[in-house]
Amino acid sequence: MSTQQQEPEQPESQEAPEDPEMRGAESPVDEKEKQGGDIDQQTTPESELEEESVLIKVFRYDPEVEGKQEPRFDDFHVPFEKGMTVLDAVMYARDTYDSSLTFRHSCRQAVCGSDAFFVNGKQRLGCKTQIADLSQPIRIEPLPHQEVVKDLVVDMDHFYDQMHTVEPYFQNEETPDASDLEEQRQSRENREKVKMSTRCIWCGACMSSCNIAAGDNEYLGPAAINKAYRFAMDNREPADVKEHRLRILEQEHGVWRCQTQFSCTEVCPKDIPLTEHIQELKREAVKKNLKFW
Amino acid sequence: MSQSYNRGLIEDFGRWKEFSAGMWAWIFHKFTGWMLIGYLFTHIAVLSSALTGPEAYTNTIQGLESLFIIRVLEVGLLAVAVFHILNGLRLLMVDLGVGLEAQDKSFYASLILTGIIAVASVPTFMDGVTI
Repeated sequence: MSTQQQEPEQPESQEAPEDPEMRGAESPVDEKEKQGGDIDQQTTPESELEEESVLIKVFRYDPEVEGKQEPRFDDFHVPFEKGMTVLDAVMYARDTYDSSLTFRHSCRQAVCGSDAFFVNGKQRLGCKTQIADLSQPIRIEPLPHQEVVKDLVVDMDHFYDQMHTVEPYFQNEETPDASDLEEQRQSRENREKVKMSTRCIWCGACMSSCNIAAGDNEYLGPAAINKAYRFAMDNREPADVKEHRLRILEQEHGVWRCQTQFSCTEVCPKDIPLTEHIQELKREAVKKNLKFW
Repeated sequence: MSQSYNRGLIEDFGRWKEFSAGMWAWIFHKFTGWMLIGYLFTHIAVLSSALTGPEAYTNTIQGLESLFIIRVLEVGLLAVAVFHILNGLRLLMVDLGVGLEAQDKSFYASLILTGIIAVASVPTFMDGVTI
């Protein structure tokens, strides 16, 4: 375990000065922080400060280590590069300053969905969020409304449970005979209809942003309902399977819990119109139960 | 093992600057809804004064309407009701799946319209009252 918790930037003092002062014209730092520039220029050698740095404040918590059980924020000064993402910054901080900094990440290209963080008060995907777009200092916290295991790692079990509740897999017993090499075709129109809903990467940002899901642990949540939408709207599934899916969704803690705050739609890193899908399933559920003919 | 401790709620009002349009619409809709329910009870209480006779009712109404605070509250009541109606229409559109991409704009529109109507009603409600 690292012993430099308080001042993790100390060994790198040449790269990361006390004041995260920039000289470049495209500096992402606030106007406020630029004011201290004159003093800094006199005290530090010009040549060694070619690159800019960004200040990130990272949430730290480790229940297993004495003295780290109290949640706190650690500051890291990370040299800025063009195109740098939040994930790049925390990876740099981990590799350079403190190897005990813990977070999930894998593909780094917004496909695996493992690095959703609470960045500057909003759920964002670390690998898809540009440092240059954020105001500094950048606050990086674990996803709210989920229990923290360590640092930026949250317990996703509940999220996965809800995802599995809606049976997130294709169901059709009458598959065409494989010997004929026949395929299960989907019409172009139907593919377009479910296209956005198939983009979900199970990152949990929507569930974390949802006010209702926070207060009602049984609520399926936007991601699970979107998953159900993806299959319920797929016309290759027979009608009785769709009815079965709607029966799950129309329960008390299903689609009707949504109060259209649009929080999930706003944070979804894959731009899925979650609220629209939930609303459409509400209408489907009503149509299923209101049949006068 | 994961261990829980209180990190506070993200919908805590201390974070109100970070709330989005949809969140504000939800908060205002809840708030105005409760205000209207509260008004309903006072409304029934005032109307029930008619049970004791026409004079009692007239006296109650005249007594209340002579109060400056009541006139101000009436403007507030109108604003609350108008916002609830307009946002209700917005939610109806959302339920029907119409214009979900413009939901923030329709919220701002209902806020502005509420403001205009409330201001326009001031001369009517404040007519002939002295502080």
